[in-house]
Amino acid sequence: MSDLLADPHLGFIVAAYALGAVVIAAMIGSVTLDYRRLSAHLAEATRALESARDGTRGRQR
Amino acid sequence: MPNLANPTVFLDLTRRALPWLVAVTAALFAVGLVLAFLAPPDYQQGETAKIMYLHVPAAWMATFVYGVMTLAALGTLVWRHPLADAAQKAAAPLGVGFTFICLGTGSLWGKPMWGTYWVWDARLTSVLVLFLLYLGIIALWRAIDDPGRAARAVAILTLVGVVNLPIIKFSVDWWNTLHQPDSVFRLGGPTIAPALLWPLIVMALAFTFLFFTLHLMAIRNEILRRRIARVTMLAASEGDALAPALAAEGT
Repeated sequence: MSDLLADPHLGFIVAAYALGAVVIAAMIGSVTLDYRRLSAHLAEATRALESARDGTRGRQR
Repeated sequence: MPNLANPTVFLDLTRRALPWLVAVTAALFAVGLVLAFLAPPDYQQGETAKIMYLHVPAAWMATFVYGVMTLAALGTLVWRHPLADAAQKAAAPLGVGFTFICLGTGSLWGKPMWGTYWVWDARLTSVLVLFLLYLGIIALWRAIDDPGRAARAVAILTLVGVVNLPIIKFSVDWWNTLHQPDSVFRLGGPTIAPALLWPLIVMALAFTFLFFTLHLMAIRNEILRRRIARVTMLAASEGDALAPALAAEGT
């Protein structure tokens, strides 16, 4: 590890791993946030469908 | 054998498999990173060779993801599998991510080793073409409103672009490139010392599991997106059915 810290190109190594970490975090974050957003949207759309069906049934009676 | 073409069965399998995939991926990354940082320095590149533990797996995944997309394109055009276009759409942004890591880390390795961040070398250029191809595929998905037409157009573009994969693989053999030739997947076996090869293998496995985990999650998102579209359409048609009665009542 001391060899690594003394390496003249340590900045490039740190930058490469930071870049990898940021891109991987962005991929994980975007897929996870998309899932949360879509789940909430689906629940909302399902509620809208149920209330529309209730309205139709009420009119038919 | 479960019917994976059924989105409900697929969602159920995904729900059960994801915790295991996440755990295995995290464990592989932990072991891979420890092995990578404990690996001895390369006799020529010194510690800068540690960038290879990110760059090489990302490069493999960049082409592997395109291979998965090619299979999905065949699934859309030939077998008309109901989840093939979802698999293709879900894979493209992941391909962008892996190719970007490959190009970025390669550039950060190139500056201290070659003295430049970029050269128009056959390998580098063909990987840049792959990156642009991924972006073009995503743009095409967004440009066509009809999902069926978009899926077919993207599948055709993906199949045309697959010609780039052998160019990437053999560019170091066909042209006189600055990029080093293959040192792992080659006839005669790897030329890398085992102490440097093992961390690379574990990191490659970690990247592969990361892709499968994120791909499953992204396909699940596509299924949810379709369900939202269907439920919204049903709600709208129920509203349309109700509209004449409401109009007659003057409400």
